[in-house]
Order: sequence, then structure tokens, then C-alpha cells
Amino acid sequence: MTARTLFAKIWDAHVVADLGDNAYLLHIDRHLLHDLGGSRGLLDLKDRGIKVHSPNLTFATPDHAISSAKGRAGTSKIGVELLQALRAETREAGIRMFDIDEPGQGIVHVVGPELGLSLPGCLIVCGDSHTCTHGGVGALAFGIGSSELAHVLATQTLVQRRPQTLRATFDGEMATGVTPKDLILRLIGEIGAAGGTGYAVEYAGSAIRALPVEGRLTICNLSIELGAKMGFIAPDETTYAYLEGRQFAPKGAVWEQAVAAWRQLPSDDGARFDREVRVDVAAIAPQITWGTSPEHVIAVDQRIPDPGGVADPSKRGGMEAALDYMGLKPGEPIAGTKVDWVFIGSCTNSRISDLRAAAAVARGRKVAPGVRAWVVPGSETVKRDAVAEGLDRVFTEAGFEWREPGCSMCLAANGETIPRGQRSVSTSNRNFVGRQGPGARTHLASPAMAAAAAIAGAITDVRRMGE
Amino acid sequence: MDKFATLNSVAAPIMRENIDTDVIIPINRLVGNAVRGSLGKWGFTALRYKPDGSENSEFILNREPYRGAQILITGVNFGCGSSREGAVWALQEMGIRCVVGSSFGDIFFNNCFQNGLLPVVLDRQVVESLAHEVETSQGAGRISVDLEAMTVTAPSGKRYSFDVEPARREALLAGLDEIGMTLRRAAEIAAFQADDRQQRPWVHEV
Ligand code: SF4
Repeated sequence: MTARTLFAKIWDAHVVADLGDNAYLLHIDRHLLHDLGGSRGLLDLKDRGIKVHSPNLTFATPDHAISSAKGRAGTSKIGVELLQALRAETREAGIRMFDIDEPGQGIVHVVGPELGLSLPGCLIVCGDSHTCTHGGVGALAFGIGSSELAHVLATQTLVQRRPQTLRATFDGEMATGVTPKDLILRLIGEIGAAGGTGYAVEYAGSAIRALPVEGRLTICNLSIELGAKMGFIAPDETTYAYLEGRQFAPKGAVWEQAVAAWRQLPSDDGARFDREVRVDVAAIAPQITWGTSPEHVIAVDQRIPDPGGVADPSKRGGMEAALDYMGLKPGEPIAGTKVDWVFIGSCTNSRISDLRAAAAVARGRKVAPGVRAWVVPGSETVKRDAVAEGLDRVFTEAGFEWREPGCSMCLAANGETIPRGQRSVSTSNRNFVGRQGPGARTHLASPAMAAAAAIAGAITDVRRMGE
Repeated sequence: MDKFATLNSVAAPIMRENIDTDVIIPINRLVGNAVRGSLGKWGFTALRYKPDGSENSEFILNREPYRGAQILITGVNFGCGSSREGAVWALQEMGIRCVVGSSFGDIFFNNCFQNGLLPVVLDRQVVESLAHEVETSQGAGRISVDLEAMTVTAPSGKRYSFDVEPARREALLAGLDEIGMTLRRAAEIAAFQADDRQQRPWVHEV
């Protein structure tokens, strides 16, 4: 039998029908809904007189449109309506919803793995492009649009074109101060924001194997910023140890049966990928973006690039527009750039390990005058765990604001925005024009780098914080 | 879903790389369950309007004759980023019916077909020469798109062929709905689930 990739094994196991011309009808194992699009999908279906096909495989939680203030104060009128509609429509359809203040509430891509809903070998979709995050546990997971969302609700299947495969191999050891976020940002910097378009990406190599699951989720989270709808990491002992005992993970004999099946999933030796990329991990320094695409990324000790040296006119134009929007000058060192805001949160970097890394930098220090710094835990469970460890105190004593779980300032859909012209260092995944609010200037970095920027009041090399 | 057959229109080149769906439609315009119909005005907000809300005359869709364009000629990786289908709705509400480019964000590309907006993929040099022809004619040169024949005709009369999957082409030509088609396969889906429940009980018994 020919050697197969992890991707091929999972894909093939979900084909309900081959529709020809590379299109397949696939079974969906987990469908996750959130407040921004969930109730709209359910209402669409009701309008058409169609029942939800598999409510038992569908789960919901509010995250995008709710405020992260205490008591969720300041949630917009529409945000409240969306929350109420999500409650009413999931109840009517028999869909399990994890509501505010309950364990299980949080950013949908944080809670899926945390609850053990996202499992190896599963096909997972959600109306949100960062669904690729769940690939960190060895699932095929990708974002879908509103029409596809309604299709999944109605049929528990989706029509998809089979993508090509790309393997990104990260070998070597991470230097001090370097995190999974830096690894994936570096890859995007190398192959570009469209480098993964049309591919399903498998992350492999010794550096990936050495990562805990939370770091793997961060890596997979940024697959879409590479242009790839899905990115994943083969499950291994680390994955099973992470999942065992979680609320919705299988138990007892079924757990044993599941693990035995999961052990068959990793790509076979000699499996062929359509494209291969290698990254030398030892050479990576902490990264920070300077522009308005995640591919606009450099090491924190580098200078802001000069578009003048770029031959391709559309690339050059993009860089010039980005520098203008960001209010930066080519040739200057990026370190030392003054910041107004720091946001530690989002489905990229809001898990307990991220908060620990940020707290390690913040401990015993103070946020620089004039800087507002927020810490928004990714889920109710992350929040409770962090409080139990005293991390909330570390942050508040340093002058950070400790918030309630949700997407918050990652996307400017809940009234929480960076004011026009102000500069933020953010642990999220998108530095797009206007992403954190109209005119907001976003620099993406790791939690440790973000905490360092808050303390220094400027973009700072976290490796020099001890000096 | 809107049907699509042929189109002859002014075309507006927006050649900057990596135009993301946050730029096409900001998220604050998509919060709520009744946003459709109100989006056209807000397409490309950050490029189209100045901070004070007045029109930015430098943005191509604010200039004649491009204002009436039904075709966009786009740079590499147009529609990357967020999965928001509102990006397609906003383009449609602005009157755009076809986007021509060398590559598109995967989810955006899918969403286009779901709504009857035709994404046409051509070689990068061809896309750039179309943009160049349009620009040198100051927008007067129109572009024709024929989905039946799968061709794009430049203002100069030069004709280029493009590919669309047959099923997607038929669905666009007929305005067919994917949900309706899949619901006819209910028995196959039920059989798949019954079998899969034996193989992978942990997936189904949650
Ligand atoms: S945290 Fe940001 S990127 Fe993640 S799901 Fe929420 S809005 Fe999307």
C-alpha cells in the first residue's frame, strides 16, 4: 500500500460521496458556533423550514460580540441581541451552549481543545477562519462562510475541494525568548501571506514534536495567515496526555479504542507532499510585525525594511502603504518604537501557558506611564486557572487590566478598540488595516514580547529585559 | 443565489497585494442578524473614506467611470483573512459581479460561488496586462466575461480562457443551491453516520 499523509487519512475517512472534479461531500464531526454568525445560521435554516441535522455534534459559545468588561458591561445593543438569539436558537434546536460565566465559555478555538471536543482525526468546522487552530490536536479543521455554515447545520456535511499538501518542517532548538508564535510568524515572513494558499499544511520536525499542545495550537492558529485554510500536527503521546480526562474526551474502553485508532494517523514514512518547506529554528529571534500583513514581519533587533529596494511594484506599493498607515520610517530600528496599548489575548495566545509567559515578564515590574495594557484570558477555565495561580494579581499589581474571557480587542466587533492613530502590540493574529479599530496600528508579537512592550512603553527585545 | 451568464462592464483595478476581507468590509458593519442590504455603502471603508467620513477621491471606486464598475481586477491573494461572507455581500451590494485575479483567499473564493459572484483566475501577467489596458484607457475600455464560453475579453479584443469546475459553473449558470442538492443525499449521509458510529463511537457519542 502506498504511503499516505495524515491529511489523506483523515480526509478519506470523511468522504460521504465523491462528487467528481476533485469535489467531495465530507462528514463534519464537530460544528462550533459563536455569537457573531451562529444565530444567523440557525435562523436561516428555520426560515427555510429545515431542521438541524445533528444537534449532538454542534456546540456553541459567545465570544466575538460580548464585552470583556466585568459583568460584560458595555456590550452593544446588537451584541446583546446576538447573545439572546444564540441562547434562544440553540435551545430550540437542542444544541449545547456554553454560556457566560460557565466553564466552557470562551473563544471558540480555545474551548474546543480545552473541553476535549476537538479530537485527533476529527473534521471540525466553524464560521471563523481561525478554526485551523484545532489542527494542533491532530484534527482537520477549517473556517467556513455563512452559506457553508447553513449547509453544515442542514446536512452535517460540506462540499469541499481537496487541497494540495504542504509540509513545513521545523528542526532545531528554540533559543531563549523564542516562542511558538515566533516560529510561525517567521514561516509567514519566509513564504508570504499567500504561501500556503490552496494547501493543507502539516507542521512537522523536532521543534514541533517538542512543543506542548498549547504551543501547537498557536502554530496552527496562524495557518490562515499563511493563506492555508487548515494546518495540523500529527497526534502523539503529548496530545493524548493533554486530552485524557477532558470533559468531552472519550472515557474508559472507548478512550483506549480511540487512542489505538489515533496512533494510525501520522503520515507514513515516505508519504509524498506537494510542497516541502524547511525552517531552521535555531536561527529564529523574537519576531514583531511592522506592517499591515502578517508577512510584514522582522526580528525585533532588525530595522524596518525599505520598500525602495523591492522590484515588484504591487509588493512595493503594499509596503509603502503599510509604512504610511503604521506611521513608520524605513531604515529605523523597530525596537524603541513607542506604544500606547498592549493586548494580551485572542485565540492565538490566551491560554494558561501564554499568560504564564507574560506574567513572568510582568512580575514585580510596572506598566510604563501612558500605556494601557489588557490581559484577556481565552476562556472561563483559563481565567479560573490563572486566578488560582495568582496570575491575575501579578498582572493587576503591575498595572495591567485583567478582563473577562472573549475575543475582545482582537477584532473590534464588541466596542473594544484601539483609538485611531494609536499603536498597539498585540498577541493576536491580524495586523490588518482597521482590524483593532479604524486607524489602529497593530504590531503582532508573542505574549512575552507584548508584556515587555507594556513595561518598557516601547517595542523591546524581551531577551534584554533582565539588563 | 444570483445567476451568472455574461457580463460586459467597466472594470476597476485594485492591484495592491493581500487585500484582506477586513479591508473589504469592516467587522463592525457585520454585527447583527439583519445586516444584508446595508453593506454596499461600507465596502472598502478604510480606502474609500477619509477619517472625517468624506470620500477619498484617490480611491479608484470613487472616480468616474470606475464608480459603476461591475468587475474588479485584483492583486495577488485578494480576499485573504477572515471567513466573513459579508465581504462577498458587500462587493455585490456595491454592484460588483465578477472579480478577476491571479489568486484569492481560499474561503473568500468559496464564498463567492455560494452567492453567485464569479471569481476568475488568470495568470498574473494576464491580470496585470488587463489592469494596464484599463488604466491606459482611463477606464473607458470595458471587459467582457462569458461564463458559458469561459472567456475574458480585454478592451483590446484579446481573449483569454479561464477554468471553472464544471459543477460550479453549472450551479452559477442555473443559480442552483447547494443545500437543496445535498439534502437529496440524506440516505447516504444517514448510512455514513450509522457506519461511522461503529468505527468511531467517540465522535458520535458526546
Ligand atoms: S480571538 Fe480574534 S481571531 Fe480568534 S476567533 Fe476571536 S476574533 Fe477571531
